[in-house]
Amino acid sequence: MAASMRLLVRRAIRLSHRNIGVSSAGVSGRSDCCLGPSTCRCFSDAAGDRSTHFGFETVPETEKAKRVYKVFENVAQKYDIMNDAMSLGIHRLWKDMLLHVMHPQPGVRLLDVAGGTGDIAFRFMEYVRSQQERQQRRAARSMQTPSWEDISTNYTNEDVEESKESRAVVCDINKEMLKVGKEKADSMGISAGLSWVVGDAEELPFDDDQFDIYTIAFGIRNVTHIDQALQEALRVLKPGGRFMCLEFSKVTNPVLARLYDAYSFQMIPVLGEVIAGDWKSYQYLVESIRKFPDQEEFKGMIEDAGFYCVQYYNLTGGVVALHSGFKL
Amino acid sequence: MRSTIRKVTTMWLTVGKPLQRLNQRYGLTCTVCVRQLHSSATQFTDSSYDGLYPGHIHTTPVQKALLAVGSGVAALQNPYRHDMVAVLGETTGHFALINLRDRMRNDPEGYAILTERPRIRLSTLDLNNMATLPDGSFGREYLRFLEDNHVTPDSRADVKFVDNEELAYVMQRYREVHDLLHTLLGMPTNMLGEVAVKWFEAAQTGLPMCTLGAVLGPLRLNARRLQSLFTSLGPWALKNGQQSRCVLSIFYERRWEQSVEDLRQELNIEPPPVTLSATKKGST
Repeated sequence: MAASMRLLVRRAIRLSHRNIGVSSAGVSGRSDCCLGPSTCRCFSDAAGDRSTHFGFETVPETEKAKRVYKVFENVAQKYDIMNDAMSLGIHRLWKDMLLHVMHPQPGVRLLDVAGGTGDIAFRFMEYVRSQQERQQRRAARSMQTPSWEDISTNYTNEDVEESKESRAVVCDINKEMLKVGKEKADSMGISAGLSWVVGDAEELPFDDDQFDIYTIAFGIRNVTHIDQALQEALRVLKPGGRFMCLEFSKVTNPVLARLYDAYSFQMIPVLGEVIAGDWKSYQYLVESIRKFPDQEEFKGMIEDAGFYCVQYYNLTGGVVALHSGFKL
Repeated sequence: MRSTIRKVTTMWLTVGKPLQRLNQRYGLTCTVCVRQLHSSATQFTDSSYDGLYPGHIHTTPVQKALLAVGSGVAALQNPYRHDMVAVLGETTGHFALINLRDRMRNDPEGYAILTERPRIRLSTLDLNNMATLPDGSFGREYLRFLEDNHVTPDSRADVKFVDNEELAYVMQRYREVHDLLHTLLGMPTNMLGEVAVKWFEAAQTGLPMCTLGAVLGPLRLNARRLQSLFTSLGPWALKNGQQSRCVLSIFYERRWEQSVEDLRQELNIEPPPVTLSATKKGST
């Protein structure tokens, strides 16, 4: 009873925050001499159109998914180069940290949603491969002087051991991003154990209780209904499965926040124009980061979806937050 | 709902345009207003837009400086990135564009262009009619130039970073006139021809992008072409660039039937000292 009350209260607070967020964006976009957009927004609310944010713009919910698709279709080819340029290579450390916290053991199944170009999946396969090697080395070391009994049991067990293969499924709504990811996999020679699936995070094409680990790295802020994506995550995870999310978040230190804002709004669209020839997609990127809920609010959303032991780690002073929760 | 917003915004814009002109002349309020109204939000549709003209992206001076440097480096590394050359031109050409615009205003034909805003695109050109014109006429030679060099007038990038609607049009006109200039000067689109046209444009317009192209372009030419450039083509291009009438002030769309020789005389351009043939694009 108390838990559901807490849920309702939390949801009410979140709803009020979201409304404030949308209307403040409207106020900042208006000036004294224009009445047009404000009166039109009144009409839309009265008509019952559900609208959401696309960067700092307000769009109908039905249109957001299409616009996001277009953005990633445009940037897919230069996505990795731009990531390196914009974050000065630090995004690799963030993703390595995700894997380190995840600490997957051989035999687990990973679902990487919005995995596009496959960064997380590739790191996952590398990690479990090295874990497997370490285990084998450890096993070999402990059997330096085996007895005849041990040797015979090992010969019978060898075939059974091989079935501890880890599998990673990369799921993304955008075919262009998956295409780039597949090409990367082929060129790196990591194809065994990887699957590439087109799917929507709000409606995953998988059965219940399928995966041990669900990750979504820098993708969840592009989803129109984040709570639906969280519920889908809960559904496809096995009991005991782990949900992990890497996402841009609020910087806590005020000095760093100012620098970060200046860098985001001045440099990043310029980099997008010069390197990828696309200013607007990267303008959307930095705006969408500002519209995403902060660490505590997102933690609340994950708990509302039904995850337990939710915690978050701030990386690079809060520029990126790693949220983790378990399905029990 | 979106169409309502669009209608109201276009209504405001049509009211606001004469206000803007007034503003530019007397420095009244509203440019700040306009900037706040049209936030730097994304637009993927052509029919509605934020900013002063379709495709306009508002940028701060810091961003313009970064763009100028970045696009310069990118264009040097890969000269086939025409979009980077275009961005470099837009971010560095403010004063040259003002100069060009004033020259156009002082010329009656140029003034007509500024008011009527013609665009040179495949959709606005009547290619069949132009093909029937006699050889030696401007329209026929332009068509021949397009065919020989396998180019189209639609490949010009739109102006994005110029913060004045009229100057943006001048920039766009400059880009669209570039091909016509090739025809007037008799230069093909290989490296040597492009450099010669760039020298002409640098002398005419004073755009920093043209000057940069004129200085760095010769670095990619072999010795024989360099010699041709420095001894005959170069001086001819520079001299004619300085002495000719402003090439942006000519209403080319009304002069297809005029002969090239006649047009050259009117513009005070001498015919080229060397006849260059259209070789394969990209060879030096």
